[in-house]
Amino acid sequence: MPESATETPGAGITAQAPAPAAKATRGAISIRNVTKIYDPEGVNVMAVDDCSLEIAAGEVCMIVGPSGCGKTTLLNAIAGFHSITFGEIYLDGQLLCGPEKPLADQGADRVVVFQNGALFPWKTLLQNVAYGPIVQETMGKAEALEKAADMLAEAGLADMAKKFPGEVSSGMARRAEIVRALINDPKVLLLDEPYRAMDALTKSIMHEALLEMYDRTKVTMFFITHDLEEAIFLGDRVVVLTTRPAKTKKIVDVKIPRPRDYRLLGSEEFRLLVSEAKGAVHEEAIKAFEAGERELA
Amino acid sequence: MSERVADTSGMDTVQPPPTGLRLAWYRARRSVKTPTPYLMVFGVALWLVTYSLLTEILKVPRFEKIPGPIEVITEWLSPDPAWGMSLFTEAYLINIYVSCRRILIAFGIATGIGVPLGLFMGWSKRFRDYSFPILETLRPIPILAWVPLAIIMFSGFETPILFLATLASLFVTTLNTLLGVDSIDESYFRAAGCLGSKPRHVFWHVVLPGAMPFIFTGLQISVGVAWFSLVAAEMISGDYGLGYMIMDSYMINTYVSMVMAMITLGFVGWATSAMVRAVGNRMMQWRIRALALEGR
Ligand SMILES: Nc1ncnc2c1ncn2[C@@H]1O[C@H](COP(=O)(O)OP(=O)(O)O)[C@@H](O)[C@H]1O
Ligand SMILES: [Mg+2]
Repeated sequence: MPESATETPGAGITAQAPAPAAKATRGAISIRNVTKIYDPEGVNVMAVDDCSLEIAAGEVCMIVGPSGCGKTTLLNAIAGFHSITFGEIYLDGQLLCGPEKPLADQGADRVVVFQNGALFPWKTLLQNVAYGPIVQETMGKAEALEKAADMLAEAGLADMAKKFPGEVSSGMARRAEIVRALINDPKVLLLDEPYRAMDALTKSIMHEALLEMYDRTKVTMFFITHDLEEAIFLGDRVVVLTTRPAKTKKIVDVKIPRPRDYRLLGSEEFRLLVSEAKGAVHEEAIKAFEAGERELA
Repeated sequence: MSERVADTSGMDTVQPPPTGLRLAWYRARRSVKTPTPYLMVFGVALWLVTYSLLTEILKVPRFEKIPGPIEVITEWLSPDPAWGMSLFTEAYLINIYVSCRRILIAFGIATGIGVPLGLFMGWSKRFRDYSFPILETLRPIPILAWVPLAIIMFSGFETPILFLATLASLFVTTLNTLLGVDSIDESYFRAAGCLGSKPRHVFWHVVLPGAMPFIFTGLQISVGVAWFSLVAAEMISGDYGLGYMIMDSYMINTYVSMVMAMITLGFVGWATSAMVRAVGNRMMQWRIRALALEGR
């Protein structure tokens, strides 16, 4: 990851934190005509078809769509886990992947929070969080551990720092995973259904914490979910994808001002937006259901 | 169900969970309230009584030549044994010492080579493509088939025996380590990648700890396999050792010593396996603690 050193500038977005209206200046993603075909010589599975999407710096972009439509595929392309077949993806005007270089380099400027959680089970929460800065050598070991402890405490996990991921609840683990991403001061946070398996109460706590974190950092988020209420509550825009192969079907603008809190959930505006998105998703869900394919998650 | 209830009521008191000796004491106290220890004692007693009935008391045909438990235990504890071997004779203790030393060396070499080899095979696709076919062809050759080759290749008693014990255990360790690397969830590699790891970080922070549970399962099997091939080798060409003691006692018709060596092997093998497990538990606190929360 040779470029990560140059692409992770020391001046953190966190520095702008106190002013809530702070305008983010980095983390703009430009997805241009991206197509992804799995297994080009065998049975072709077209997962993404000519998909284009512009995500502004500091935007919370929610991606929804039926299971197996190609959401994770898109995320993997941005993160550099999978190549793309056609098209280009840019981050802040710099090419991540394109025709000449189908696989993006992995780097700490785009950190992923995984669908099933991927804190290293053999490291304590503290060691997990400190891992990024230590291996990138952006901080000394002691400094990284200290910063990690501070950030965990800020996320309400001070007592859990010395525990292993297997010892804490899934909500706490997920929170720690987001802290592990944020300590690298990434340009973009890529979240793949991070709250999928959680009950509604835990979810709402996670949402408030995430919003609070966003108001502080204004980090760009590419957030996959299939919970529409979650999408509207958290997002600046909700992008509804078609059933496989994924294209953008509809974009719902959420012009609800921030900071937001749970009282929003009862408002008329909120319910209208949810039902607008629901209409679009429902059509696609029926198509996906009728195609009857087994999704590989 | 009743245990569940007991558990939750225990949670109300805001004490820190016990650790170390206190935890061991707590577990011991809890376990005497379950049927497990009594069933274990009963099982062993039942086995001893049957053994004694067959050989010493009823003298059932085919069993009457086998030394019974009373005879073996008396002999084992006798300072002046009738057949030359007991806990108080040097010959017996030397046999145990020699076998244990051989296991230590063979198992040590096998682990020292097998774990890194398996890790590299799992980590590097290219290295695996080179070496996997060789491993898979050599591995099924039964260890006894290597005996003549070992004798031709190495001179004396010691080296061929060590070679055979090492070889058997090496295959097991390598294969299990390799499977351990394969078992690591892809998302840990991806997480390491997007946190800015270089390949060496992936090796030390993901490959090695991620394969650890399989490595230690493998090592427990491998130490057993090492004993198996060691005893086989000692029986064929030995000068000392428990395997040699069995064969030698058989040749000179001192069956009591033979059975004594067999039972000794059982205990020593069990102890080494337990030691490997204890080391594994020490090194994998993360796993022990998570499993403990699930009540295991
Ligand atoms: N590695 C792969 N090889 C072949 N097909 C895949 C692979 N990964 C995903 N797919 C297929 O691509 C489609 C989109 O998958 P994915 O992006 O994971 O969907 P989701 O929107 O649920 O995250 C699915 O039909 C899936 O079966
Ligand atoms: Mg998915």
